[in-house]
Order: sequence, then structure tokens, then C-alpha cells
Amino acid sequence: MAATTFGWLVLLCPVVGTAVIGFGYSRLPGRSPGWIATAAIGLSFAFAIAMLVALLDRSPAHRQLTSSLWDYANSVGVDARLQILVDPLSVFMVLVVSGVSTLIHLYSISYMTADRGYSRYFAYLNYFVFSMLLLVLAGNFLLLIVGWAFVGAASYLLISFWYRRNTATKAGIKAFVINVIGDVGLVLGTFFIFTHTGTLGFLQTFAAAPHVFHHDSTDLVVGCLLLLVGAFAKSAQIPLHTWLPDAMEGPTPVSALIHAATMVTAGVYLIARMHPLFELAPTAADVGAVGGCLTLLIAGTIGLAVTDIKRVIAYSTMSQIGYMIMGVSAGAYSGALFLLMAHAFFKALLFMGAGSLIGAMAGNQSLDRMSGFRRAMPFTFGCFVIGGMALAGLPPFSGWFSKDDILAYLLHRGGGFEVMGIAGYVGAILTAIYTFRMIFRAFLGDPCPEAKELEEGHIAHVEVPTNPQTGEAEDTDVGFPGPEHHIAEREWPMKIAMGTLAVLAMVGGLAQIPGVDDTIRNFLAPSFAGSPLAAAQPSTGSDWIGLVIGAAIAITGIAVAYRVWVLMPGTSTRIRERMSPLYQLFVNKWYFDELIEFAIVRPVASFGQIANTVLDPGLVTTIVTDGTVGLVRAGSAAVRRAQTGFLRYYAALMLVGITGVVIYFLISS
Amino acid sequence: MAIGWYLVVSALIFAIGAAGVIVRRSPLVILLCLELMLNAANLALVAFSRMWGGEDGQVFALIVMVVAACEVTVGLGLIVAMYRRGLPIDVDDLRELQG
Repeated sequence: MAATTFGWLVLLCPVVGTAVIGFGYSRLPGRSPGWIATAAIGLSFAFAIAMLVALLDRSPAHRQLTSSLWDYANSVGVDARLQILVDPLSVFMVLVVSGVSTLIHLYSISYMTADRGYSRYFAYLNYFVFSMLLLVLAGNFLLLIVGWAFVGAASYLLISFWYRRNTATKAGIKAFVINVIGDVGLVLGTFFIFTHTGTLGFLQTFAAAPHVFHHDSTDLVVGCLLLLVGAFAKSAQIPLHTWLPDAMEGPTPVSALIHAATMVTAGVYLIARMHPLFELAPTAADVGAVGGCLTLLIAGTIGLAVTDIKRVIAYSTMSQIGYMIMGVSAGAYSGALFLLMAHAFFKALLFMGAGSLIGAMAGNQSLDRMSGFRRAMPFTFGCFVIGGMALAGLPPFSGWFSKDDILAYLLHRGGGFEVMGIAGYVGAILTAIYTFRMIFRAFLGDPCPEAKELEEGHIAHVEVPTNPQTGEAEDTDVGFPGPEHHIAEREWPMKIAMGTLAVLAMVGGLAQIPGVDDTIRNFLAPSFAGSPLAAAQPSTGSDWIGLVIGAAIAITGIAVAYRVWVLMPGTSTRIRERMSPLYQLFVNKWYFDELIEFAIVRPVASFGQIANTVLDPGLVTTIVTDGTVGLVRAGSAAVRRAQTGFLRYYAALMLVGITGVVIYFLISS
Repeated sequence: MAIGWYLVVSALIFAIGAAGVIVRRSPLVILLCLELMLNAANLALVAFSRMWGGEDGQVFALIVMVVAACEVTVGLGLIVAMYRRGLPIDVDDLRELQG
């Protein structure tokens, strides 16, 4: 079978899974919805591998295939098709998405067991995977926008999954609103590009772009900036990032899948996919790179200060995606996509470990309460440390090879990008510190009561479940995490998922070692053929210098964390007191929420107030509605007198009228 | 023979029918007058058909007859229904649909 056939099958599996679970939820017993969902995504992954094999059969120059099932509209200059594009980039993304999704589905089978919305959860999760696969397989802007909006909707549904929690529904709405801003940006950007190229297909657009756009022409820059709005909103980059930390209200596997491994990397994919346009509009690409650079620094500093374990990982995600956005915008495509893959492995692993910890803590997520879980949860500890070392960029884990691939490219490209490369190293030291702060605080030290209880074989239970954000008692009827907690130590599906990801986080980096193998770059090359930036790779020697610096920085960061949180436990309090203003800035997340509240939400809300109190009664009610009613009433009163109800009168009028018309035509002809 | 006379007769019958519809108040008579008007039109159709030597007009006349039969059926049915309900058999009294 052709590679594109497998592409359609990849899309079909999760749709079928969603439909079966969604419609059959009342008849599916026990854990079967979870197994059906996992099987659907696993099958999708198998088809993705088949797609890869079919694609590799072809010569590198012929690895961009399109297939279209249906024409929505194919006339008057619009070519809207149900079309997929199978090329190395989309196959790469499909493999990462479906592979990591399979493991997270497996983890969820255990993690969500006690939840009353078990079937609903898996129906949503399969729907999300379908949307994400649609996004990365889309062969034209139309389907890309559809997939883009679908993942936003799936993200909303899953963030608000525990819908009896006020904080969760608010976080879901926030995420949806910001994502819709991104959707609008994407649609408008598409429009700007479409008006010039006259086609929606990706390949046709890229072929036409150099002929219709001048280098850095205004329309293209505006179009690309609007695409960047979409990418930034989806990938939680400053200033459209505030939804991601709040999105941690969703179940932990959801955070692992959507808000770490897959959906938030859609922005990276978008920029990589649109690279011919961004290379024609370097101004827009530079804006993207600067945005990514700022995000990685700011998110890193916030990660140092927050104490909610899931939020620490969320800010770390923002920071890592900052690296990727910076990389793809600057032209380090293979490096950024390599980091995307490695990040999907180790960040999903960290979230799974955090989920296990939260289970052991009976729902509590605060790092202030956790300590000494090392002996109680050795498996989680091991996986978490592996994930943490990969995230911090310690050799020879996957994060080390991939992050430094981007940074070496930036230093090699020179100019302003050197500054960004150095900022990237500063971010790397922050990453190492906050990662190991989390590990040291949660796993080392004296065991907390929950850890002690677990060492004796009991999992902690709380009398009254409370919302970890607000502390208020939760509605235990429906829409809350469930009374039973599940930890990786005791559930084999969770163990398998975490173990596989731990192995991948360890060896994933071996896919691309400078001077040894270039698997990822060579595989992706056909997608980036003809791009001067992709061809300008740094030499193997400078790559290795970057790797050594990166390793040194990671070790320094870990050493700093070890000194602050293990050797001299009071140090962090002293630092906090000495640098109080800075700490306040970090712990309040650089006041971005307050800024957005002040600059956007308040003015819009007060405008709404004015509209409600002044415009609506004054303008709309008196002139528009009352005016229309009066006009119709007066008009009908005038006409009503003609309707007497006398049949003979009507007949006479008709006779006169028709006679009049006939006479008129007789005379005029 | 000139077609003029036929048309004169037709016009006369039509005028009589129209006057009847407007002047008379009994629904039965109004129906009869409507029939007069339709048949006047039929006469004109057949006359023209003779003049041109074709059959189209005659076919039309046949169709008009069918329509007339249908209309009489409905009309008479209405009158019977009105009579059974004890409503006045007078079109001037039936003016509930005034504006």
C-alpha cells in the first residue's frame, strides 16, 4: 500500500475509538474503554510505522506525497480539499504523537481507574489524538485550521474534565479563549498568504511564494506574524502563555500528553512546516526567535519560584518550547524537531512521575509538603531522575544532544543569534537548577507522613477531598479525581509506560550525535530541501564544543541545586529574603496575569458595562428595536383598511386590476 | 365567417358572469356566474383555435373544463358545509377575514 493510504488509516483509528467509546460508554464494562482507546492509538502507531517504511522505500527526492479524498470546493480560484501531505516532517510528527500517546493512554488506564468519567475521559483523549494527527498530516491550510481548532477544543474538554472544580472550568475557558486568539491569527495569516498565492495547498503555496512575494514584502511579513500569533498561542509563548500553567487543572496524564508532549509543540511544527515562508520573511522569523528566547528565560525563572509540582513542570515545558521556537525560527529545524521528540519523551515521563507522586500524596501537589519519597517509591524516583537528567541536559541523555544542537546552530549563525545562544545557555543553567530543586525536594530529605505510610505499604487517603488550588472541599458525586489513588509502584500499565519512556529518554539522543550519525537530519532533509538555513550546519568540532559547554552548565546547575536544597537546606530561605523583590516577581509569574487583566480584560469589561448601561437602552432599544416596531405598525395600519372582508369587493378590485393591466399592455404594444 | 361575432358573444357572456359575481350575494349564484366566465373563455379559445386551424386551443378548453369541474366540486362542498352548520348563505355576512 502507498504511504498515503497508511496516512488515512492513521487518522481513522482514533476516530473509530472515539465513536466506539463515546456511543458505547454505558455498555462497556470496567476498564475496557481504556483498553479500546489504547488499542486504537497503538494501531495508529503501527500504521504510522508502516507509513514510515513505505516512505523510506522511495528515493529521497520523491518523499513528498499528497492524497486527497474529497473536494470541498474546487473552482473560482479556491482549492479546498480533504487532503493530507505525507512527507518526512509529518511522518516524524505522527510517529512522536502516536507513540507517546499510546504510552500515555496505557498509563491512564490505571491512573484514571477510580474516576467516574472513565469512558468520557478516553473518548476525549482519543478525539484529541485524532485532532493532533489531523493537524500534522494536513496537506493544506484548510485542514490545518480544522485540526488546529479541534485540538483547542479537545484541550478545553480535558482541562475542564473535573467540571465540578471551579478552578478547572475557569482554566479551561482561559485556555480556550487564548487558543481562539491563536486560531484567528492562523486564519487571518492564511488569508494574507492565500490572496497572493491563490492556493491553499502547502506544496503549491511554497512553490508559488518566491514568485509572488518580494524578499521581506510587507504582506508576507504580516501574514507570517499572524501565523506566529497562532503558533505562540498554541505553544504557550509570551505573551500568550498564561493558559498553560492553569491548564494543569486537568488530570495529570492529560498534562503529560497535551500540555507537554504533543499539542503545545504544534506551534513548533507550524513554523517548521511554513519554513519557506518564514525564510522569505526574515523579520517575522526574527520576531519568533526573540519571543522564544524571552519565553525560555522568563519561564525558567518562574520555574525556580513556584511550588506546585505540576506547575514547575509546566513552566519547564514553556521554557523548552521556547528553545524549540527559537530554533525553528532561526533555522535549526532538525535540532528543534529533535528536541521536540526528546522533550516529548522526558517531559511525559516527568509528568507521569508527578502523577504518581500526587497519587501517593492523596491529591496534594505542593512541593512544600513532599519530601523523602526516595525509599517509598524507588521506581518513580528512578524514572523521575532519568527524566530530570534528560531535561537538565546531562550527558548522554536525549536532552543534552538535542538542546545543544539548537544552541550550537545559533552560535554558528552569528549576529544577534549569538546573543540568543548565550541566553539559551543561561536558560540551561536555570533548567538544571529548577529540575533538581524539584527532585531534591520531593525525593530526598526526611520522609513526609505520606511517604512514611507508603513505606509501610499504605497509600495515604484524605478524609475530605479538597481542591489543591483553593483548599475547598470537593463535590464527590461526579467530576472529581476519585477516592482511590494509583501510583506507578503498584500498577503494571503505569510501570510499563514510564519504563518505556525512561529508556527512550536515555537513548533517544543517540539518534543524532554530531560526527557519528545524523539520522534525524538526514531523514528530515527532503522536507527542508532547498532551504539555505537548513544547509548551513555548524561543523562537527563546534558542535562538540557546544556539547561540552552544555554538559558543564548542566553539572554546575545540578551542583548549585544540590548545595542549596540538600547540603545547606536553609539557603533557599536566605536567598529569598535577601532578594525579596526578585522572588516576588518570579513567584507572581512576572505579573503577566495582572498585566493582561489590567490592559485587556478590564478595558473590555468596562466597555461591556458602558454598552450595557448606555448603548443598549439608549441606542439599540429606542432606535433599532422600537423604531422597527413602530414602522411596521404604522405601515400595516395604513394597509389594513383595504382588507374589508367583502368577497364581492375583492372580486371587483381584481377585475378592475386585471383589466387595467391588460389594457396597459394592449396600448403599450 | 368572421371571428368577430364569436368574440363578441364570448365577451358578452364574460361580462354577464363578472357582473353576476360582483352583484349577487348568494354563493351558489356566484359559482354559476364563475362558470359563465370560464365558458366565455372557452368559447374564445375554441374560436381562435378554429381561426388558426390548430388543436391547441381546444386542448386548453378541455383543461379549463376539468378545472371548472374541480372548482364546482369544492365550491358546492363549501356551500353544503355552510348550510349544515347553519351559517348564513350570504357572502356579505362571511367577512371574518377583514383586516
